[in-house]
Amino acid sequence: MTYTLAATLPDAITFAIAAVICVTGALGVVLARNPVHSALMLVMTLFGVAVLFVEENAQFLAAVQVIVYAGAIVVLFLFVIMLLGVDQKEAIERDPLPAQRPVAICLGILGLAEVILLARGRWPSGAKSVSGSLGHPAGNVALIGRSVFTTYLLAFEVTSALLVVAVVGAVVLARRPRRRLGEHGAPPGPEIEPGNMTGGLETSDPEAGDHDATATAADDGEPGLGEVAEPQVSAP
Amino acid sequence: MTVEASWYLTLAAVLFTIGAIGLLVRRNVLVMFMCVELMLNAANLTFVTFARRLNDIAGQTAVFFVLVVAAAEVVVGLGIIVSIYRRRPGATADDVHGLKG
Repeated sequence: MTYTLAATLPDAITFAIAAVICVTGALGVVLARNPVHSALMLVMTLFGVAVLFVEENAQFLAAVQVIVYAGAIVVLFLFVIMLLGVDQKEAIERDPLPAQRPVAICLGILGLAEVILLARGRWPSGAKSVSGSLGHPAGNVALIGRSVFTTYLLAFEVTSALLVVAVVGAVVLARRPRRRLGEHGAPPGPEIEPGNMTGGLETSDPEAGDHDATATAADDGEPGLGEVAEPQVSAP
Repeated sequence: MTVEASWYLTLAAVLFTIGAIGLLVRRNVLVMFMCVELMLNAANLTFVTFARRLNDIAGQTAVFFVLVVAAAEVVVGLGIIVSIYRRRPGATADDVHGLKG
């Protein structure tokens, strides 16, 4: 079976450029010392993959790739990097498993060579158009929509449950436990009225919880938090 | 000059390998997560290539679901990372091997 994806020179050039962008970005993610640079390199790879999606007549997925991955997920990564302030260099010198690095690289290259050698000339084939053909590229969105809402309707519904579980889990994980907040909130200020401080923390629960968490993570500043919170209470 | 499906699949294999090596080599939890994203993207590229090769829309639908799962995974994973860093700032993957807070 000699099914070619595209037979024209512009397609080949596009593929070559996108492949170079993808591999460069992927190497950058792994090799960059700074996590912010890693995230930006990840954006580069995602754009390259989006170009390849267009090249393979998956226009809708290319748009979703750019919007969801490069637009939402990487921004989420960057938010967490900025929030936690982890954009410092990695401490490589105290590596508990010194042999892991070369072994990992050898295993990875071995696996890649194995895949390419085993699959050379014998790419798997199968029945064509089992669940609907691709059709004209212009109707890509309609075809995916029909497929999602008919053939894969159950999977789509289960996906919504998965998203709800993920959102609830993220909220539970990122929340500060109330017990810890109580015992940490008590010591800092005998000079500050305790009722005022806990009241201020209680009313603005989610945002203030995140804020003071970053403050404590940054400079362990529970007394500083009290000093910041106190004028806010007394100003009006 | 033609762009065979095998070229796309080889590129996807290369991307997957880079992601896997990065996951094993790096110690920063966030960068490890980015490497997981790389591997997911390689799998997506394979799905789309086979969808084109077999002229079947199901491959693209699978990518759609992989995107949703990746988004959910990132949300939960970053929540875990935030709560880990809140307890011990500057933690790497080796510092949380004990599974006890």
